[in-house]
Amino acid sequence: MLRAITLRHLIAHAPRSIYSCRHLGTLVIAEHEGGSLSGTSLSSIEAASKLLCKDNNSLSLLLAGTGPSLQEAATNAASCHPCISQVLVADSDKFKHTLAEPWAKLIHLVQQKHEYSHIVTASSSFGKNILPRAAALLDVSPITDVIEISEPRTFVRPIYAGNALCTIRYTGSNPCMLTIRSTSFPASASLDSKTNAAPIHQVDLSSFGEEGSCRYVKQSKQESERPDLGSARVVITGGRALKSAENFKIVEKLAEKLGAAVGATRAAVDAGYVPNELQVGQTGKIVAPQLYMAFGVSGAIQHIAGMRDSKVIVAVNKDADAPIFQVADYGLVGDLFEIIPELIEKLPEKK
Amino acid sequence: MKIMVAIKRVVDYAVKIRIKSDKTGVETSNVKMSMNPFCEIALEEALKIKESKLASEVIAVSIGPAQCVDTLRTGLAMGADRAIHVDAPATLFPLSIAKILKALVDVEKPGLLILGKQAIDDDCNQTGQMVAGLLNWPQGTFASKVVLDKEKNVATVDREVDGGLETLCLDLPAVITTDLRLNQPRYATLPNIMKAKSKPIKKMTPQELKVEIRSDMEVLHVKEPQKRKAGVILSSVDELIDKLKNEAHVI
Repeated sequence: MLRAITLRHLIAHAPRSIYSCRHLGTLVIAEHEGGSLSGTSLSSIEAASKLLCKDNNSLSLLLAGTGPSLQEAATNAASCHPCISQVLVADSDKFKHTLAEPWAKLIHLVQQKHEYSHIVTASSSFGKNILPRAAALLDVSPITDVIEISEPRTFVRPIYAGNALCTIRYTGSNPCMLTIRSTSFPASASLDSKTNAAPIHQVDLSSFGEEGSCRYVKQSKQESERPDLGSARVVITGGRALKSAENFKIVEKLAEKLGAAVGATRAAVDAGYVPNELQVGQTGKIVAPQLYMAFGVSGAIQHIAGMRDSKVIVAVNKDADAPIFQVADYGLVGDLFEIIPELIEKLPEKK
Repeated sequence: MKIMVAIKRVVDYAVKIRIKSDKTGVETSNVKMSMNPFCEIALEEALKIKESKLASEVIAVSIGPAQCVDTLRTGLAMGADRAIHVDAPATLFPLSIAKILKALVDVEKPGLLILGKQAIDDDCNQTGQMVAGLLNWPQGTFASKVVLDKEKNVATVDREVDGGLETLCLDLPAVITTDLRLNQPRYATLPNIMKAKSKPIKKMTPQELKVEIRSDMEVLHVKEPQKRKAGVILSSVDELIDKLKNEAHVI
């Protein structure tokens, strides 16, 4: 029965999808700050470049915002990846903040004009907020948090907190809309390979209209000198066992020594030891560093979801039966208040 | 003002899931099911708003097979006034759910629609944004604080975004999706569970709501993620540093 359905789908959709792929391109929705693209946007470009084939060979980038920093970001973006064929720029006060309402409308407008086969953005809080809204306006189903592109319309995404991997085929009409998990598509190192800069075009916003139902009030950002949690090479995480915000400082001290980012479990965040945006897990940040060190973390399903793809996992816990030891490459059973200071003392200085 | 809350029945968050032997999905029969944790938070927020006299009625809605009624009863026991069950297959994608919710909003005309930010089974994080788009309502996603101003008819929402918090001001009607930090959902007490049995649950179908269920995605298979190879328990910090340096080459 299942096979029959699959076959019927193949017959019904294959000719159309081949046809619709012709002369079409991919659009990447990019975020920028301070005149350059965000790291997660570079990952989405990397993912989009995997969609290119002989029928789908153009990669456009859409940037929006206002003022000189937007223009600077566009210039930088135009030569940041060899696959980029053009940069679209929407310059308006409406995009001063990344509000979903004007952004979704913008994507809708750009899609109507250029008819892309794919629209890709990162699974950042920006991408998660805007892409599904834009998809609804275009009446298509988006596919979020893609970790693998098997074919131009076949993708793998984790479900159930990463405890299952689901392979999905998109059979709907264009565009096929994706958010990608940045840690699964690391931006290639050849970023400063100066190829010819792609042309920059302004998006015609004359038909855009007014949008007034949502207003930006303010933003409170955590300023930190430590590397960004999402892209750090080393992440040091503390859990409930740290017992207080004061004690959490030893985790931060160790992170400093290793040049690492600091993460936390939900329990540590809920108890107020650290701010929300440091939460690693199914509903927080997904990280995949070279080294992940978990201190006083029991290893709940929801936490493992956020760090299971780390290259090397170290767990330090008093409880030898803690589930975290099942995913750890190296485990130490003991008191973190003794082990962390010893680590700080004995670890070599970071390069 | 009425508040509508969308509720999903999912495999309980503490259950270790099993993948069906034919790889078509995750085993859900004979598995403990509960209300999606984010939906509980959504409902709690709606109840709090009603308790502060800023809303007159809280309507809980669930879309799916017959057992969703159990989840709705839980919602009624927490304090929702009435419920709507839209009888539909369990396999609907968020676009269809959003269309059904839009149709229900058109019927019930709530001033606020609150949803969880994501369901912990499909982990999509789409439905709220999609229904907001279909309704052309403003959206406040990943909310960690909601303040309603009845006179100005606006909601001020703190959102959990990468790197911090963002505050938005939304004209009502609006869609809000809840993050974990928004509130602590209450437990249903036994008297309230008994009372919930007499609260009305209206049954509807997508056909009645004139929503055409169309699928533009196909699940090819579901498999287990790669297992990590077994690790080792070390005896000292020195050994750990040595392993990280000379075996894993990460420091």
